[in-house]
Amino acid sequence: MIDRRPGLRVGLLLTPPMLWLGVAYLGALAALLVTSLWTQNDFTGSIERAWTLENFRTLFTVDVYRTITLRTIGIAALVTVIDVVLAFPIALYMAKVASPRLQRILVISVLTPLWASYLVKAYAWRGMLSADGPIAWIARPFGLDTPGYGLPAVVITLSYLWLPYMILPVYAGLERLPDSLFEASADLGAGAWTTLRRVVFPMAFPAVVAGSIFTFSLSMGDYIAVKIVGGTGQLLGNVVYDNQGAANNLPFAAAVATVPIVVMLAYLTAVRRTGALENL
Amino acid sequence: MRRNPTKRLAALACAGVLALAATACGTSSGDGGGDGGPKADEKQGGFTAPDVPMTDAIGDPEGQVNILAWPGYAEDGSTDKSVDWVTPFEKESGCQANVKYFGTSDEAVQLMKTGEYDVVSASGDATLRLIAGGDVAPVNTDLLTNYADIAPFLKDQLFNSVGDQMYGVPHGWGANLLMYNTDVVKPAPTSWSAVFDDASTYAGKVTAYDSPIYIADAALYLMKTQPDLGIENPYALDKDQLAAAVDLLKAQKGNVSEYWSDYLKEVQAFKTGDSVIGTTWQVIASVAQGEGAPVEAVLPEEGATGWSDTWMISSKAKNPNCGYLWMDYITSPKAQAAVAEYFGEAPANTKACELTSDKTFCDTYHAEDADFASQIWYWTTPISQCLDGRDETCTDYGEWTTAWTEVKG
Repeated sequence: MIDRRPGLRVGLLLTPPMLWLGVAYLGALAALLVTSLWTQNDFTGSIERAWTLENFRTLFTVDVYRTITLRTIGIAALVTVIDVVLAFPIALYMAKVASPRLQRILVISVLTPLWASYLVKAYAWRGMLSADGPIAWIARPFGLDTPGYGLPAVVITLSYLWLPYMILPVYAGLERLPDSLFEASADLGAGAWTTLRRVVFPMAFPAVVAGSIFTFSLSMGDYIAVKIVGGTGQLLGNVVYDNQGAANNLPFAAAVATVPIVVMLAYLTAVRRTGALENL
Repeated sequence: MRRNPTKRLAALACAGVLALAATACGTSSGDGGGDGGPKADEKQGGFTAPDVPMTDAIGDPEGQVNILAWPGYAEDGSTDKSVDWVTPFEKESGCQANVKYFGTSDEAVQLMKTGEYDVVSASGDATLRLIAGGDVAPVNTDLLTNYADIAPFLKDQLFNSVGDQMYGVPHGWGANLLMYNTDVVKPAPTSWSAVFDDASTYAGKVTAYDSPIYIADAALYLMKTQPDLGIENPYALDKDQLAAAVDLLKAQKGNVSEYWSDYLKEVQAFKTGDSVIGTTWQVIASVAQGEGAPVEAVLPEEGATGWSDTWMISSKAKNPNCGYLWMDYITSPKAQAAVAEYFGEAPANTKACELTSDKTFCDTYHAEDADFASQIWYWTTPISQCLDGRDETCTDYGEWTTAWTEVKG
């Protein structure tokens, strides 16, 4: 019967993944949103299922949360920009200049850091940026010093951590560019810089945007790197962690967690117009 | 989770840091302040414990006991072959010990509510919640041969008793000390002012503890230096007092290099010189010294905050006899010496001091020093009912969490 009814077959094939997406993924998000509308008993710490917008009122009226939200968005944007600037030349070299052999080596070396633990890499930067670390040692003869632990250290560490997520989509996007376009551009009298600016970058832009979705969203949600190299700084993730992990105030943590979700949805909506989502 | 020395520290961190994590708890606090504060019943105000019967006698062992403990409190040699005080208990008592470690006081309270566990090592912010919830039974201390040897200043405290009735056996305690780099910080600090009013001397090199409960450290300092604020108990702050503590912490923040909640992070920061002064635990100071860092830890003249843990027995215990045998065993001098040395805290049973492998251990941890202990304000979760008995509304832990977020900005 299934053979004769392709609709049914497709339906059966798609049901489990759709259930997974709907129940486990979107369901969890919905549960989060619902939780943010509840409150918590001060004595027992248990959740009280009475509808209230109190958590969101706190979120919007207490200044510190706005400051933290803006800081988080700023850091995520800065990390994204730094990664684009670093990743683009590397990806261009990998895709268009390097020999096939070198290309393979480069792809592997970009991927290799991804196999190392996130924590190891973050702690490596903690050592690098320490007062007696390598950066201070190199900078001292020039009268400079390590930036120390703080937001600059967070930006450096996150940029390092998410760089492969930017290089790979940009590399994939550039590799798809036919070489003939470069030749045509040169034949029409464009120099290398003009070709890059008028031909390569516009065509690679969706790939850059695709990469930025990774770097931006990963930075928006990060709280561990901040704990390790962030000094006294804190981002949205830390507020969620402190409210859930320490204060056990799940409803407020859920309310805070909706902020990055809203920011990412806005970002994705903007990005959709560039066609970058087709490059993912 | 039970493999290496790092985890041993993790155990301490759990006991220390996460002990605070609970949102709510009953009334109480250590009667610190050095004036030998009132006994439990005078300060507990309207707090009454549910009527839970107490055992009269220890019967035949049931053959097993389910233990809920902070990591490192019930080691059976699986972490380190030489670290084992559970196996001797099993041989001695005939009770098979099933140990479950928990990570936070919240988790402990939730697990105890299941009734699956017979005994629990509860910190000061979990104990009264367990008592109030009827989850633990009063402890008949007459049945415990080692109870008499427990340091008297740990008995009948606000966090382990109601009225004159003990609800557990004290296990061990420790203070949050002031650690400093002896090469950089001169002269040696004697007051918490070194990290508050005078923090700018070491601008960018001060460290502080990353938890809302650290507000109590600021409140303790204000209690001693600004009597006008009327702070009687650093865990009972009204809105104005909390605001004053927050202002102090905000001013401190400008000089802070980083906040620590991971003790290893602090050890490393002191080794590298990223931090030169700040709050610490004795075990962190010992580890840092062991790794060659030029550090010293002192109890400043204002006193300090700290933690104190208690073994409690479940009101629904399926193996109450083995539970009592365990509570008696774990507070015996030999077991106490082993736990305290492994974990890095002062043993409650001071007879343990003769049995520690490091003969100066108890001196280092001030285990027999009642004066030292009386200067400690044991961690307690702030609740809206003022813990110092004032007829006002105090700020609760949720507000402290918000305040801490504001301090960090």
